[in-house]
Amino acid sequence: MIGYLVRRLLGIAGTLLVICAITFVIFYLLPTDPAVMFCGKDCPPDRVAQVRQQMGLNAPLVVQFARYVLAIFAGRTMGTGQYVVHCGFPCFGYSFQSGAPVWDLIMNRLPTSVSLAIGAAVVWVLLGLGVGVVSALRKNSWVDRTLMVATIGAAAVPVYFTAMILLYVVVVLLGWLPFPSYVAFTSDPVGWVQNLILPWITLALATAAMYARMTRSSVIETLAEPFVRTARAKGLCERKVVGKHGLRPALTAVATMLGMDLGSLLAGAMITESLFSLPGVGKLFADSLHKADQPVVMGITLLASFFIVTSNLVVDLLYAWIDPRARLS
Amino acid sequence: MTAVLQTGEPVELTESQERLSPWTLTWRRLRRDKAALFGLGLIAFFVLAALLAPVLTGISGHGPADTDGKAIDPYLGGLPRGSLGGMSPSHWLGVEPMLGRDIFARLLYGAQVSLLVAFSAAVLITAIGVLLGSLAGYFGGRVDAVISRFMDVMMSFPSLIFMIALLSVVKDANRVLLLILVMTLFTWPYIARVIRGQTISLRHREYIEAARASGTGSVRILLTEILPNLTGTIIVYLTLAIPNLIGAEAGLTYLGVGVRPPTPSWGQMISDSVLYYKVDPMFFVLPCACLFLLVLAFTLLGDALRDALDPKGGRG
Repeated sequence: MIGYLVRRLLGIAGTLLVICAITFVIFYLLPTDPAVMFCGKDCPPDRVAQVRQQMGLNAPLVVQFARYVLAIFAGRTMGTGQYVVHCGFPCFGYSFQSGAPVWDLIMNRLPTSVSLAIGAAVVWVLLGLGVGVVSALRKNSWVDRTLMVATIGAAAVPVYFTAMILLYVVVVLLGWLPFPSYVAFTSDPVGWVQNLILPWITLALATAAMYARMTRSSVIETLAEPFVRTARAKGLCERKVVGKHGLRPALTAVATMLGMDLGSLLAGAMITESLFSLPGVGKLFADSLHKADQPVVMGITLLASFFIVTSNLVVDLLYAWIDPRARLS
Repeated sequence: MTAVLQTGEPVELTESQERLSPWTLTWRRLRRDKAALFGLGLIAFFVLAALLAPVLTGISGHGPADTDGKAIDPYLGGLPRGSLGGMSPSHWLGVEPMLGRDIFARLLYGAQVSLLVAFSAAVLITAIGVLLGSLAGYFGGRVDAVISRFMDVMMSFPSLIFMIALLSVVKDANRVLLLILVMTLFTWPYIARVIRGQTISLRHREYIEAARASGTGSVRILLTEILPNLTGTIIVYLTLAIPNLIGAEAGLTYLGVGVRPPTPSWGQMISDSVLYYKVDPMFFVLPCACLFLLVLAFTLLGDALRDALDPKGGRG
């Protein structure tokens, strides 16, 4: 077990290093000069040279990359003389635009994206499992058929449409909710839900449809197994038969899918954030990209990769816990 | 079809007894599936519409880039004149606010871009995925280790973020081609993984062993023994990859890194129309509806194909 964990963690570190290197090469081989970007538009040449020196841009690419990676863990002191800046752990450099540390910028936006992702995941898991189980239990009835047609439709509806219809009906026509904006959970839990419920639904709808179809077929398949007949024969109530035996394999599959989907969502749902103008990491990414703010873009890319790789590990561990047959090796 | 038994009486044969090629069987199953036919019909409609775009816009009289100042009302902030977003005998599906470009023409040319990008990317993904997946599955060992590790790394990339980054980094390039390449780069491992698994299970079948024992070369075994058995899987994944690619193209273009104006595209129309969703809902609804129908069509067809090619308890 410990050996497995160590091996996986080393694998993760390796993968992240590769991703980091590729990102580094992509962004630092760009024609735009980071020194000019950092210094601003009307910067005299000698000041640009100074900034370049300070940022260590004269060093070879490999050295720059090594410094970048090292700085993430050990922090970094840049520049000489009066221009010395110390960037503490975890140092991802400074934004070209605002000069603020990249880490702080991301951390300011992260609560919004994490709230969005977790809320949406809760909505789609509940909705998906619920619809899937109901459909499976009434296999081939009109309820099942209606629900399955609905899931195909829901999976095909573009998010833009869901978002705008929800906004129009719930906010503009009915006036039930305020226009979504981010309220921290810690300061106002009710407001947090009220503001984020529409983005959650928007983000969750298509995924919920996928989960529902998967749950349905998995439950139908399991309920046909001999061990379910045994469970019924020994007089177990139907609720327990479905809850304990019928749903187990579906849950393993849901856990796997959830890990992947959540991992890629944690670092920002760009389209949903932009549709509801929520200030999340995705929005920060889009804005920074627009302004060629490379350090921020790189920071977010690395963070997103980190989430994906870590969630894969969590999924595998969860998998082994839910299904003891899947031995970790 | 009937067969004559030794007693001389003709006996009706059921589907499973008839000697039919798998393709005839698949087509028969598909023909009975209304959802599949609906999907197929919609796809045919959109493909035809896209191919005939120049002809159809010739008939309607407005090209995708033609602006019509008379169709919009400058006193209403450039909103289309008339109801339903300016639908009229001249502009069949209305016009865009501000510029007064014909929505019908823009939807047709947008379909061209959507379908071109999705089809090309799907073909590329399948080609790369099948090649690397079957190589990894067939040869195993070190080849498998290298390819699988590569796939793992590719799948740990935050693909949307990387696609956006790559698309925004490259400035002067053919955007459509770039979109196809970038989308291919991050989606092939998903099909490769499935193909690898299938190849591994095929590799140990007796007829492969027999072929190998009789001295058939690896390339020949891959092409004539393994590939034909993968065709069903390939077709299903190809069909199911297309709706995702269409959605991804629209999404990337919506975010401003995909197809650039003046090339019309649905994603771009949606991103323009989001601002007008209250005052000119038709402008927003039409591209969304097209996107919805096209994605729906491929999903329905893909689902039906999966059922038809791999029915539980069907032909072994």
